[in-house]
Amino acid sequence: MALTRRQRRTAIRGTQYGVLLVVILVLVFATNWGDIQRGFFDLDAARQLFPDVLSVALVNTVKYTVLGFVFGLVLGLVLALMRLSSVPPYRWIATVYIEFFRGVPALLVFLAFGFGVPIAFHIRFTTLSTVVVALGLVGAAYMAETIRAGIQAVPTGQMEAARSLGMSQLRAMVSIVIPQAFRIVLPPLTNELILLAKDSSLVYLLGLTGTEYELTKYGRDAMNTVQSMTPLIVAGLCYLIITIPLSYLSRYLERRTGGKSKRGLEVLS
Amino acid sequence: MSETVVEISGLHKSFGSLQVLRGIDLTVERGDVVCVIGPSGSGKSTLLRCVNLLEQPDSGKVVVDGTELTDPDVDIDKARRSLGMVFQSFNLFNHLTVLDNLTIAQRKVLGRNRDEAERIAKRNLEKVGLAGREQSMPAQLSGGQQQRAAIARALSMDPQVMLFDEPTSALDPELVGDVLGVMRTLAGEGMTMLVVTHEMQFAREVADTVLFMDGGVVVEQGPPEQVIGAPTQERTRTFLARVLNPTGDNG
Repeated sequence: MALTRRQRRTAIRGTQYGVLLVVILVLVFATNWGDIQRGFFDLDAARQLFPDVLSVALVNTVKYTVLGFVFGLVLGLVLALMRLSSVPPYRWIATVYIEFFRGVPALLVFLAFGFGVPIAFHIRFTTLSTVVVALGLVGAAYMAETIRAGIQAVPTGQMEAARSLGMSQLRAMVSIVIPQAFRIVLPPLTNELILLAKDSSLVYLLGLTGTEYELTKYGRDAMNTVQSMTPLIVAGLCYLIITIPLSYLSRYLERRTGGKSKRGLEVLS
Repeated sequence: MSETVVEISGLHKSFGSLQVLRGIDLTVERGDVVCVIGPSGSGKSTLLRCVNLLEQPDSGKVVVDGTELTDPDVDIDKARRSLGMVFQSFNLFNHLTVLDNLTIAQRKVLGRNRDEAERIAKRNLEKVGLAGREQSMPAQLSGGQQQRAAIARALSMDPQVMLFDEPTSALDPELVGDVLGVMRTLAGEGMTMLVVTHEMQFAREVADTVLFMDGGVVVEQGPPEQVIGAPTQERTRTFLARVLNPTGDNG
């Protein structure tokens, strides 16, 4: 049977929608909606979570993430400069650091800082400093590579112009190159912030007291109390409150800087 | 009243196995305008970049205003203050306004306070015809305006010598005149200038000395009416014939 191209297109399209419809119908009829609702979307259970899920858990997640990010950013900048250093040992140290912390699961870093380091050195960190250091150490490895790429993306002419005006290497780096590099890497750094927001959940391993709960730990705890998955859903939605605006911000920044550099190239050509 | 400001002797520079400069000697007297011409790859830009040590020469001496820049014990950042440099691609600081472009080095390097730096910057912007553009970002300016701002930026450091590295090569033809006009004014004011350029008309009218470089050596040097007007070397003649008659019509 010879179909015309138009007929064949219609048949393929029809089959695709047909399959989708069948799958949806099967799911709808095979699912026990009452159980699902009780298990995941129990509004009474959800109501009990407020306001603590926002005033304690969300606030803590934001606090851990932001502080960890700031620590990681500073350390990442130092590592990026070490990677670009003319002194080989600095480059080696930075490379080893970056490869190590990018390569091991963040979970291990949290365990090491939560349990290993306090035992080994007989010191006790507060929960806050542990999570900030652990998040920062992991984040720094990723951010270092991003920042290094950003610094290298600043045209060499900028450094040359600064040096020709009598600025030292360091002064030119601080006043001219790094500010421009940060404009370039703002979108990827925003993505890194999103990843850290999610990684901050690993702090639950450390054994938190009630006021230190962040979203994941809070959700897990509440899940046991109310005998429903609902708290996890609420916690998940709270993460989205943080991450979705950030990913839009990242996309916005990308468009803005993208447009800018294009204009820059036009001028050069 | 001749006083040597720049003295270059025996300058050699290689990139890998490529010998770019093969023994350059050059003296520039105060108030002189020296134009360096030559085919691309002849080493003229490298020569200019060696003068303020943006390129480190392999051997030879560069003395500016009595300071030997090639001496490893010399504070190069300090020595560079007497050398203003203008680049082919302008290299304005893209994240700063025009005014900040002109003041940042004055403040961070020379330690001038903001008021003084801005006064000097505005005076120089006026000189290059950019009064009123203080708050513009570099990307909002045309190429010619950017290059004039870059000249004003270099002038704000009160240099003894201005180095120009093909300052009009990246410009649309209709914008070249403004930049050359500013350079002409500078020369008229007695600024010592070392200019790498393809603008033969400018070299002929403004230069005190023209240097023709090819293959990393100075082939011919002298007043413009001699080097451009009546070249004695075959290589100079060939180059000038190509530059002055660029339509490809050799008849």
